[in-house]
Amino acid sequence: MSRTLQLALLACLTSGIVSCSRESRILRQPPPANDILNTVQISGLNPGANSIPTPPPSNMYQESAYAVSEGQTLFEQYNCVGCHAHGGGGIGPPLMDRYWIYGSEPGNIFATIMQGRPNGMPSFRNRIPEYQVWEIAAYVRSMAGLLPKGVSPQRPDEMRVKPSESSTPPQIPTGITGSPEQHQ
Amino acid sequence: MIASFIGVALALIQAKSLDPGGHNMLQPAAPQASQIEWLYWTVFWILLVVYVLMIGAFTKTAVVNRSGATGPLPIMTDEKGDRRAKWAVGTATGITVITLFVILVMSIVTGKKAAGLTSKNPVTVQVTGHQWWWEVTYPNSQADQTVTTANEIHVPIHTPIVLLTNSSDVIHSFWPPNITGKRDLIPGYSSAAWFQIDKPGIYRGQCAEFCGLQHAHMGFSIIAQSVEEFQSWEQQQLKPANEPGTPEATRGRAVFLTHSCLMCHTIRGTDAGSRLGPDLTHVASRNMIAAETLPLTAGALAGWIVDPQRIKPGVKMSPNPLAPDDLQAVVAYLQSLQ
Repeated sequence: MSRTLQLALLACLTSGIVSCSRESRILRQPPPANDILNTVQISGLNPGANSIPTPPPSNMYQESAYAVSEGQTLFEQYNCVGCHAHGGGGIGPPLMDRYWIYGSEPGNIFATIMQGRPNGMPSFRNRIPEYQVWEIAAYVRSMAGLLPKGVSPQRPDEMRVKPSESSTPPQIPTGITGSPEQHQ
Repeated sequence: MIASFIGVALALIQAKSLDPGGHNMLQPAAPQASQIEWLYWTVFWILLVVYVLMIGAFTKTAVVNRSGATGPLPIMTDEKGDRRAKWAVGTATGITVITLFVILVMSIVTGKKAAGLTSKNPVTVQVTGHQWWWEVTYPNSQADQTVTTANEIHVPIHTPIVLLTNSSDVIHSFWPPNITGKRDLIPGYSSAAWFQIDKPGIYRGQCAEFCGLQHAHMGFSIIAQSVEEFQSWEQQQLKPANEPGTPEATRGRAVFLTHSCLMCHTIRGTDAGSRLGPDLTHVASRNMIAAETLPLTAGALAGWIVDPQRIKPGVKMSPNPLAPDDLQAVVAYLQSLQ
């Protein structure tokens, strides 16, 4: 093997190893920040003559594919699907289209979940921990295609035409043979 | 090498004299585990004999054929010696094949015996694996007669127990070494096994299939008790949760029902009815919490509620930064749920 080839191979390997950094998971949540709801702006109107609109709070969870997929799990587990289905809507409005009644910014969705909205949306303040609300908010945005593809989770199993293996009904158990007497 | 082997053998023999319930396949408390133990020791002694013979043969060769020559010896051909070597190798190969075959047959027979079911009025237990705890239900045709608990499996002694298994997320494996062999819990596939315990006691078990971050702390215990004790336990479990008896517990229930607890846990008799986490209706009747990780004490409960991620990083329960008096009230309420 020529020296150039060896060097090229080494460079490839090194760059491969260096680029292999795994996305870190946030397992221990930082303590909840001060009440962020007061900084979330719902309408474009501002009080006062020269008031400066507060910038919408960013959502660090929407940069982590793990957090967004956690949001997807929670969306199912906390029964958001009960009203919004898997984004298609039903009792509640659909979440996968481009119409937003109360805003599409992360802070708007956070406020919607925390405070509730008229005509049906309950408040989940104290019920769902704040970091999980942010994760759900990130997932809701991903349904409308507002997150990069890299972090957006796949469609949930429930939306497949054929049920996934884990949601097929249990079969009749097999594998039991023999009678008690032979083991006494 | 010999020393290490003796060390392992001594450790095994000592393991026989450890805590009887403590996760030890060499202290069987059930017919299946006895079968497995018998197979274990039989194979152990066969292999010990093989080992001694092998080491003996190597030592003999090394000692007898020792020569003082420094350079390589010329290859000597000896027709009689060659024939003898052929016989020796042939015989050794034959013995090896027969020994391995005998072990194979014993293994199959043991497996068959362990899988057979006793069917005289068995008690059925449904175990569902979750990341990272065990949901235990005692199915009954009447829904209000179905007992649901978590991590601690009460069974009557001298009674066949039919174990139905399933998993809600990933593959887990149910392994109580003192009782029986492993049984994989596969999502979407219900399987059945049986066991029977003859000695009352508490036997620890463990998930034996890597299932994620807290796999190592996914323990359970099987509590074998007399039929009468089991039935009274079952009757107690069927009741809805105790009404709180003290003002603090009453407040604890209110805290439980207005915070994130009720998003995941069930307490029958209250509004909390979610099935994501363990059923807490009779949580104070258990010995341990957090899948047999912590003893059920006020301190452990409080620490677990406030920051489970410190105790078991990655666990599905979220931290609950409750105010101190709210926390104490919740702990008092949970401890009243006998």
